[in-house]
Amino acid sequence: MCLAIPGKVMTIAEEAGCRMARVQFEGVTQPVSLDLLPEASEGDYVLVHVGFAISRIDEGEAAETLRALKVMGMLEGELPPQDQDGENAVRP
Amino acid sequence: MRYIDEYRDGDLARKLLRQIERKVTRPWVLMEICGGQTHTIMRYGLDELLPKGVELVHGPGCPVCVTPASLLDRGIELAMRKDVILVSYGDMLRVPGTKMDLFSARARGADVRMVYSPLDALRIARANPGRKVVFLAVGFETTAPANAMSVYQASREGLNNFFLLASHVLVPPAIRALASSPDNRVQGFIAPGHVCTVVGCADYEALVTEFRLPIVVGGFEPLDLLQAILTLVTMLEEGRAEFANDYTRSVSFDGNREAQQILGEVFEVADQSWRGLGEIGQSGLRIRERYAAWDADRVFDLAPAAAEAPSACISAEILKGLKKPTDCSAFATRCVPENPLGAPMVSSEGACSAYYQYRRHNLVTLQ
Amino acid sequence: MNLPVCPAPIAETETILLGHGSGGRLAADLLQHVIMPAFANPILARADDQALLAIGKEQLAFTTDSFVVKPIFFRGGNIGSLAVHGTVNDLAVGGAEPLFLSAAFILEEGFPIEQLRTITATMQDAARSCGVQIVTGDTKVVERGSCDGIFINTAGIGVVRTGLTLSANQARPGDAVLLSGPIGDHGIAILAEREGLSFESEIASDTAPLHVLTAAMLESGGLLRCMRDPTRGGVASVLTEIARTSNVGIDLREDAIPVRPEVRGACELLGLDPLYIANEGKLLAIVAAEDAAAVLSAMRSHRLGEQACLIGTVTAENAGLLTMRTVLGARRIVDLPANDPLPRIC
Repeated sequence: MCLAIPGKVMTIAEEAGCRMARVQFEGVTQPVSLDLLPEASEGDYVLVHVGFAISRIDEGEAAETLRALKVMGMLEGELPPQDQDGENAVRP
Repeated sequence: MRYIDEYRDGDLARKLLRQIERKVTRPWVLMEICGGQTHTIMRYGLDELLPKGVELVHGPGCPVCVTPASLLDRGIELAMRKDVILVSYGDMLRVPGTKMDLFSARARGADVRMVYSPLDALRIARANPGRKVVFLAVGFETTAPANAMSVYQASREGLNNFFLLASHVLVPPAIRALASSPDNRVQGFIAPGHVCTVVGCADYEALVTEFRLPIVVGGFEPLDLLQAILTLVTMLEEGRAEFANDYTRSVSFDGNREAQQILGEVFEVADQSWRGLGEIGQSGLRIRERYAAWDADRVFDLAPAAAEAPSACISAEILKGLKKPTDCSAFATRCVPENPLGAPMVSSEGACSAYYQYRRHNLVTLQ
Repeated sequence: MNLPVCPAPIAETETILLGHGSGGRLAADLLQHVIMPAFANPILARADDQALLAIGKEQLAFTTDSFVVKPIFFRGGNIGSLAVHGTVNDLAVGGAEPLFLSAAFILEEGFPIEQLRTITATMQDAARSCGVQIVTGDTKVVERGSCDGIFINTAGIGVVRTGLTLSANQARPGDAVLLSGPIGDHGIAILAEREGLSFESEIASDTAPLHVLTAAMLESGGLLRCMRDPTRGGVASVLTEIARTSNVGIDLREDAIPVRPEVRGACELLGLDPLYIANEGKLLAIVAAEDAAAVLSAMRSHRLGEQACLIGTVTAENAGLLTMRTVLGARRIVDLPANDPLPRIC
């Protein structure tokens, strides 16, 4: 029930007094209400729950989280971080 | 899929697991609140991949599981009326009331329709002006704003054949009830990331101060949960009871202002009965008087709540994290998804149904 | 905090529920406790997609299927496409060359004749490209409200020339599990057109006849144990059934299972698992391990098997269960759902 999926805002239009966006989730497009996220703009990634956008994905924070994970353990003599496409990943 | 696949990366997951292993020197009991988080843990076997000292117990964050049976009974009563279309989220359709579930009501001729969004419910109401459309609206704070918007929109449009049969529950009072219970074993909580997306973090910070238990906001993908667990374990090992937000790509401290505003506009806090847990004061939402015309409970004359017959279901202990589904004598024998003794076996996010689906036979092995 | 008790159990088994038609646990129960006992005989008991009949010197395959899909028209085809391909495929997976079909229609009063023309034209086109003829049939009309537009039943006959025993009870530990291509297309295509669900996608149903593909696989000389087309209930239902019938375990690798990005997107959005979603032009095959490469090669040389791949193995452990190694490395059960998330899918 707390299922909320990130998708990309493609276009925005007013429909019957509601601010509606077409949001794309990997090839599937859905009409999503922006009434809870009026500041969303085209090109933004938003989290969608039961047909409503409830937050904008902070791309900076997302990148930072992953970057921190990738360098984690380096100081403790772990293996070097993976490069972009994981070529150096060690598989147990 | 962007912002999903990166957080399912097997190598990064193994890294996090190794870090957790390094940190743990004594046993810890952690609880994830949200049913969606429970589902991820079960589906990816995170609880079995974690070092033995870290025990995950599952919380009451499954709105379907805690919706009172009486609400379902009222929904079924309304659905059986010829002039009513009963509209509901999919997960509620198979939850048993005191006598039957909505799916069975449909098999008996009730017009019951599944929707994915309150917007769909409004559309059905607009398309059927001669019928009364009742939307069975349940959820935590994540879903409540969207449900509230449907009433707000209906009032703006003058859509008078749309009604909400509502039951909403709030997370912080549940955590308070759990943490203050004398048999509480939980030493750290993973707060539900999408609830916090809506309401922000202030309440959770306050709970940390009140109970001196660490709380970390976690997301829903495997890496999100492992990260939150690492943060909690680190705090516990270092003797710190603090608040942290590990779902920063979606959660800000203030949360979503618009969503909070619409919540306050349409709903007010009220006492609430949680199925399996009982009454928790000021833990639910009631439709405000000014929107009474869209409140099914005020508009329709509904039968008083029937008593719930006693059964072998131990959902009270499951929802509090005191017992695991596999501890229940009826689990997977008398209580199965086709014949559930209680709600946690029905909902896709219920602990019992997750265990039934993924843990019936103990198979998960480390790579 | 008070500790009240939970409600009494619901045992709603006196009437048919939607779940009984889903291919999941309820459906299996109905088959086992009501249908099979009524018609008990050894041919039926094998419970394969087709019945193998020895008539004179020939081995004939005989099968039937009913089509109640909603909506009737969808991207990639219509109920008529499914009615022909579905029955052709049930024959093909039994190793048969499909020859003749019957077609029985149940029409609702008020159903537009124009739509019936479109559907029958589709069926004739499909039959012609499959090399089968629709040689007999029936038409009934029921009052408005007594059926949903149109229901079709097709039965089919084919000739089996392979000496192989293809059946769900033939899987052995060590065997390879092969899949002909990406899963979930049909179910998502149908869902996208259902009312009350507003999402758009370019996904089309994968409805297609598989008899040329199966013939190529048989031609390869590989030791095939069983072939199935994973329709309602999806890959999970078929493989679970094989695991139970053969009393073996089947272990899949999540990262080996092909799913189109758009299907994944729709599944994430709707909270669905592609493993349970219907396909109408895909094939699963259980093959002796040493022949997997040869059979895969035969599949890949055919248009409908271009993306054929190895998705798992048959094991001795965990007999009767379908399991999967997740992307994180843990192994989990892939259980049969009690109910189908997508009713009226074919």
